[in-house]
Amino acid sequence: MDIQPIFAALRKHKIPAILIVLEIALACAVLCNAVFMISQRIGELHMPNAIDQAGISDLNVQGTDPKLANADIPRDLAALRAIPGVTAATGIDMVPLGRSSSNSNIATTPSGVFQKDSPNVAIYMFTKDGPEALGLRLLKGRFFNDDEYADSKPGSNSYVPGGHVVVLTQNLAKHLWPNGDALGKQIWIGPQDTYTVIGIVADVLRPNQNGGPSQFYWSAFFPIGPYPVVTDYIVRSAPQDRQRVIHEAVAKLETLSPNAVVKGKTFTEIRDKYFANTRSMVWMLVLVCVVMLAVTAFGIVGLTSFWVGQRRRQIGIRRAVGATRVHVLRYFQTENFLLSTAGVVIGMILAFGINLYLMQHYQLNRMSWYYLPASAIALWVLGQLAVLGPALRAANVPPVVATRGA
Amino acid sequence: MFAYYLDLALRSFRRNRVLTALMVLALGLGIGASITTLTVLKLLSGDPLPQKSARIFAPEINPLPAQVHLPAAELFSNWGDLMSYTDAMNLLRARRGERQAVVALTGAKIAPRQAGRHPFFSNGVMTTADFFAMFDAPFEYGSGWSEQDGEDRARVAVISTTLNDKLFDGRNSLGQIIRVSDHDYRIIGVLKPWAPQPRFYAISVGGQGYGNGDDVFLPLQSALADKMGPENTNCWSPDANVNHLETAPCAFVGLWVELANASDAGAYKTFLSNYVQQQISLGRFHHPDVDLPDLMGYLGQQQVVPDDAKLQTNLAFGFLLICIVNTVGLLLAKCLRRSREIGVRRALGATRGAVFAQFMVESGMVGVAGGVLGLIFAELGLWAIRHQPADYAKLAHLDVSMFVATFVIALIASLIAGLLPAWRACVVAPAPQLKSV
Repeated sequence: MDIQPIFAALRKHKIPAILIVLEIALACAVLCNAVFMISQRIGELHMPNAIDQAGISDLNVQGTDPKLANADIPRDLAALRAIPGVTAATGIDMVPLGRSSSNSNIATTPSGVFQKDSPNVAIYMFTKDGPEALGLRLLKGRFFNDDEYADSKPGSNSYVPGGHVVVLTQNLAKHLWPNGDALGKQIWIGPQDTYTVIGIVADVLRPNQNGGPSQFYWSAFFPIGPYPVVTDYIVRSAPQDRQRVIHEAVAKLETLSPNAVVKGKTFTEIRDKYFANTRSMVWMLVLVCVVMLAVTAFGIVGLTSFWVGQRRRQIGIRRAVGATRVHVLRYFQTENFLLSTAGVVIGMILAFGINLYLMQHYQLNRMSWYYLPASAIALWVLGQLAVLGPALRAANVPPVVATRGA
Repeated sequence: MFAYYLDLALRSFRRNRVLTALMVLALGLGIGASITTLTVLKLLSGDPLPQKSARIFAPEINPLPAQVHLPAAELFSNWGDLMSYTDAMNLLRARRGERQAVVALTGAKIAPRQAGRHPFFSNGVMTTADFFAMFDAPFEYGSGWSEQDGEDRARVAVISTTLNDKLFDGRNSLGQIIRVSDHDYRIIGVLKPWAPQPRFYAISVGGQGYGNGDDVFLPLQSALADKMGPENTNCWSPDANVNHLETAPCAFVGLWVELANASDAGAYKTFLSNYVQQQISLGRFHHPDVDLPDLMGYLGQQQVVPDDAKLQTNLAFGFLLICIVNTVGLLLAKCLRRSREIGVRRALGATRGAVFAQFMVESGMVGVAGGVLGLIFAELGLWAIRHQPADYAKLAHLDVSMFVATFVIALIASLIAGLLPAWRACVVAPAPQLKSV
C-alpha cells in the first residue's frame, strides 16, 4: 500500500495527528514503568523462602516472667508437642517476615565487625528441634547436636548468641566467602565471640528488609537453650491441621501462663500481612494501567471517528473511482499504525527517561530493555483495536456520497 | 453573554452525548486519581505540631566506637535522635531548652482488674515530665508527673482516653490503679484524644509513623526500673549488658528539645557540640558529628513519607496528563465538527474573542462536570485506601482544602485542555464555511 497519500492527509490534520501521537507516547511511557514496577513487586511477593511455609504456625508469647524462662520454655514445648498433629516444635527469637527482629554485624576476622561494610545479618536463635520445626533444608554440613543446644547461653548482651557454632544460608555463605567452602570457617560478632560454620541451608528470608533486596537472605542460625530471648514458638503440622493446632496451642499456653499474652498465626498469615502493602500496590498499578489504556483507546476512537466523519466525501470519491472497502479499511489501519509507531518511539525514549528519574529518586532498579518493545507492541495492538470501529464505518461509506453535496 | 454561552455549551453537549460523556469520564478519572493520591501525600507529609514545630528540635550525636567510620548523614538518617540513656539524661538535665523530654516506647502489658478478662498489649511511652506540655498533649482529667516523680521512680501513669474507655468505661479514673507489665501504677492523668500524625517522637525509637496514638505514658526512670524493655535497642558493643540498659552502650531513647525561639538553635547546637567535645576528651565519644534538625527537617531526614505514596502521586499525575491530552483531542474533534456553526456566528457579527470565550466556557463546564465526577472517584479511591493495610490508611479523608483543590485542578485542567480547540475555533474563517452550506 502506498503510504504517500496518508502523509499528505496527515499534514493537513497536523493537530489531531500530533494529539494521537502524544497520547500514545504518554501511555507507552507510563505503561512501561508501571508494568516494570508491577513485575518487581510480583517478584517480591513470590520470593522463595526455604522453610515449610505451608505447614508452620507461630505462637508469640509475651509478658511472661523472664526469670522463669528456664522452666517455662521446656514445659511449654512439651505441651505443644503433645497436641495431636504437631510433628515438631521449637522456641525461637523471631520469625521470618515477622514484626520484631534482632540483627547484628558479623565479620570473618576478629576486628572486621567494626568495618563499614561488615554485613548486617538476621540473628535467628532456636532451641532443640528448630531445623525440624522450621523445615530448614540442609545443603551441606550438619545441624546442631544436643550438646551444642545445651551449652548455648546468651551473654550479658542477650542479642549475642552463646555457643560456638552457626548455620548460615547459602546466600550469606557465598557473600562471606565468594570462592570457597564456608564449612569449618569462623565468623565473629564481637572480638571475643566467634562461631564455626557447621552447616549451610537453603535461603531463608529475614524478618525485615534491612539493607534492601541484595540482603533479603542474610540469615544466620544459632542454637540456644531455654532463655528469655525465646519469644515465639514455632509448631509444624499438616497444612489442614494448622487452625486447630493454633487454637489448642493458644488455649494450652494461656492456661500454663495466665499472665502471658499469646497470639497464634499461621506462617501464611504472617507472610500475607508482610506483603499486604506490596500486594495492594500491585493492584493499584494494574488498575491504573487498565484505566489508562481504556482512556487512550477511547481517545483514539473519538479522534478517528471525527476524522472519518470529516472525510466522508473524500472516502466516497475514492470508492467511486475504484477503491474497495478493504482499501479504505487498510488506509485507516495503516494511518493508525504510522501514528502509533511515532507515538511508541517517543514513548520508549520517555519511558527510559522516567526510569532514570525514578532510579535517582526512589529505590528502583534499571528497567530491563524488553519492557520497551513489549509496551510498544501493546500500544500498537491497542491502536489497531481502537481504530477498527471507525475504520469499518469508513469502509462502509457508499461511493454515492461523492456525487452528493458535502 | 455568559449565560448564553452556558446555554450553547449545554446544547452542544446534548448533541454529542457520547463524546461529552467520554471527556467528562476521562477527566473525572484523572482528577479522582490525583486527588486521592494527593490527599494521602498531604496526610503523610503533614505537620504534627503546626503551632510550634519550628521551635521543636531533635538533637543528634554519634556515639559509635572509634573504629566505626559511618558518614554522619547516613548514621543520622538511620538513627535520628536515638541515643544512649546516659547521654540523653545528661542533655536533659542540662536544661538548655525551654523544655526537653526523653522518649522510648515499650509494649505495655495491661492486665484488666475484671475477672475473666485476658491481659493485652498496648502502645506504651516511657518519657519524662515535660513531654505533655512540650507536645501540647491535652488532658481530660488530672495532669502529667513532675520531674521529681521521675527521679523518685514514682509509679504513676497517664493514660489515653481510649484506654480509659476500655478499662473504666470513660469515667474519671484519677487515683485508680492500672497494672502495667506486672507492676501497679497510679493513674494521675487521662488525655483527651491525641494522636499527632506522623507520630514523630516514635520514629527513631521503633514505633509506627502513623495511626492510632499511644495508650499509656509512664515515667522513663520508673518503667526502666521495672524492667520494661524499649522497642528499639541499638548496641555498639557485643559486651553491652542489656539487663542494665541505663548504663549500657546502647541507644534506645530519643531526645526532644523545645527552644524559646527558632533562632536559638545555633546556640543549642554549640552547646551540643561542646558536650560531644567534652565526651571525646573523656574518651566516651570518638566522633564530633552533631546535628539539630527542627521537627519538619527531622521528618524529611527520616523519610517518613513512604516511597510508594510518592510514586503513586507521580503516577496519578501522569495519568491526569494523559486524560488532559485525551480531552484536548476530543474537544478539538467536537469543535472542528462545528466549523459551520462557528462560521455562521462569525458572519452574524461575533468577534473572535466571543467565539474563543464561548469555547472556553464550554471546556470549563466539562471541567466542572469532571470535577464533580472526580470528587466521586476520589471518595471511592479514599474509601478503598481506608481498607488498605497501611498504618496511615484509616486517616485518609477528603478535607475542605482538597475539596477546593479538586475543582481548582479540574478547572485548570479543562481550561488548559480547552485552549487549543478554542483557538482553532476562533481562527475559523467564516466565508468558506458559509459557502459550502
